[in-house]
Amino acid sequence: MRIKFPLGRRDGPTDAWTKCPGCESQIFNKQLERNLRVCPTCGHHFRMSVGERIDLLVDRDSFEERDAGLTSGDPLGFHDQQAYADRLEASHIKTGLREAAVWGTARIEEHPVAIGLFDFRFMGGSMGSVVGEKVARCFEAAIGERIPAIIVSASGGARMQEGTLSLLQLAKTTAPLARMDVAGVPFISVLTDPTTGGVLASFASLGDVIVAEPGALIGFAGARVASGTVGEELPEGFQRSEFLLEHGFVDLVVPRAELRRTLGRLLRALPVAAAAGGAWPPTEERAWGPIGVLSDFAERLGGAVSETIGIDVQAEEENGGGPTPPASREAARPPRGGKAP
Amino acid sequence: MTAAPPTPRAVEEAWRRVQLARHPQRPRTMDLVSRIFDDFVELHGDRSYRDDPAIVGGPALLEGRPVMVIGHQKGTDTDSNIHRNFGSPHPEGFRKAQRLMRLAEKLGMPVVTLLDTAGAFPGPAAEERGQAEAIAASIKQMTALQVPIVAVIVGEGGSGGALAIGVGDEVLALENAVYSVISPEGCASILWRAPEKAPEAAAAMRMTAADQLELGVIDGIIPEPEGGAQHDPDATARALREALLAALGRVTRVEPEALLMTRYARLRGIGVVNEAEVEPLRPVDDGTLRQRIGRLLRVPGAPRRPRWSEVWPSGDESTDNEGGA
Repeated sequence: MRIKFPLGRRDGPTDAWTKCPGCESQIFNKQLERNLRVCPTCGHHFRMSVGERIDLLVDRDSFEERDAGLTSGDPLGFHDQQAYADRLEASHIKTGLREAAVWGTARIEEHPVAIGLFDFRFMGGSMGSVVGEKVARCFEAAIGERIPAIIVSASGGARMQEGTLSLLQLAKTTAPLARMDVAGVPFISVLTDPTTGGVLASFASLGDVIVAEPGALIGFAGARVASGTVGEELPEGFQRSEFLLEHGFVDLVVPRAELRRTLGRLLRALPVAAAAGGAWPPTEERAWGPIGVLSDFAERLGGAVSETIGIDVQAEEENGGGPTPPASREAARPPRGGKAP
Repeated sequence: MTAAPPTPRAVEEAWRRVQLARHPQRPRTMDLVSRIFDDFVELHGDRSYRDDPAIVGGPALLEGRPVMVIGHQKGTDTDSNIHRNFGSPHPEGFRKAQRLMRLAEKLGMPVVTLLDTAGAFPGPAAEERGQAEAIAASIKQMTALQVPIVAVIVGEGGSGGALAIGVGDEVLALENAVYSVISPEGCASILWRAPEKAPEAAAAMRMTAADQLELGVIDGIIPEPEGGAQHDPDATARALREALLAALGRVTRVEPEALLMTRYARLRGIGVVNEAEVEPLRPVDDGTLRQRIGRLLRVPGAPRRPRWSEVWPSGDESTDNEGGA
């Protein structure tokens, strides 16, 4: 999707410039937005809000938010220099979000997906009970509706203000992934700047495919944690996307302008298990026979014609032609909400 | 509970527990294993890179029945601490644990894990070999492991490095053990910007065994001898052994399918979530027909289609990281 920005932009400060941390050049804010918040000079990828991410990645008008009404409690009565509740409120005012992540269903290049997105400006994108709950529900919906899951991460890690309840979100968000393996539902993890700590040490590192934006900070220990705990500064240029690619922990480093198309390509190539099953070479759907050629041709002409020739991939999927998880596992839908301590 | 800074007494009490959990004479994993189990055979290596001495593990007998024991191992003096990296594992330590858990699964042996680490090692070498992936993979494996797991925090339960071998059907803690999402020093240096505020951070995070029981993160507390485990390692081991036998008695009685379902439900239920029915936000298109046509024809000045970036815009590029660990 090309996002068009017609000339008549909404009112706002017209004199706002942003200094690029990559090359120090001054960028006109409108130009930055037009360029998907990527520096036109050096290609530095600025952080994006959840809203901008949705506009960037999913088909127009396809995003339907779910579980919008989930909000955090304050289970520890946490207070540092500021009360946790006040920090939550400040983040809400700053971003318009109720929590650091949203999730919902959407389509990407026509493929239905369950997608979760983080916003780093909401308490550093940190994962507490609610963020963990949203991620887990996103995965469970992907299993239940047999659609791929995508999480776009941007997080400092587990939320300290909820103590070990946050730590346990690592397990809460990871447990559904084992079920997705059994169910044959793919998970694509998208890592953006920054993805560190507990989010990286759980679901974000476990994508069937892991995609990262260029130059994103991705690492287990944040520099401040590392220098505080170990007493040594991490070297410059360490923990960047390209470094992880080189060391085998990321599949693809994709510039922002290519991200949507890349996801579309992956979704085509990595369908949910039932659709991919069957004999090889495929004999029915899109085969090398005359019908296959015809339907391919018809698709290229107009799209939906293939359905009239009797090829209905969706129906086959639902009839469960491929491997299905054991009934008992499917039945193991957990209780919603949280047990209050 | 109202949010207020922890009282001086709470700070003192939390910090006392942290210091007991970190006590240099506190019995280490191997001290306990040798007192509790028979025929422990330590197995080495992750079959990929090297053996990480910060994690020990292998099969052993408990009351004549085989179990797989895995634990963090701190040193007892400077030399052994350097050898053990002060009990902070590298990725290969967690991968060794994964390998041992696979073996336990293959042979149908219950798994017992003993947690005692300040945290996974955060150094450059660990990052290079995928520390986060190693922890994540360990956690994932434990959430679906087909055999019962009992995890016991015996000293420090330091963040992801502890949880990586800490998912269990029952999770217990010794009385003076602590469990936290980040070290108090790390928390203090992020939220207070002052590592010396660690005692305050320890209290605020409510990391003592009693707090963890109250929060529902652990299922039980194993009493320690007066003054702490370091005063009587034998008595500590006896209490731990008793608790292990009881816990194993409970979890091994459950059918594997039910066990996994319960384990999943337990993890899924952790945390406090307020849920309200709200109308989800969406971009509002109040454009008139004329405006829409203008948009369609891309007339300059016509209002754009509503976009999600107007619902949740960017702005205020402050780089605060006031929550993550």
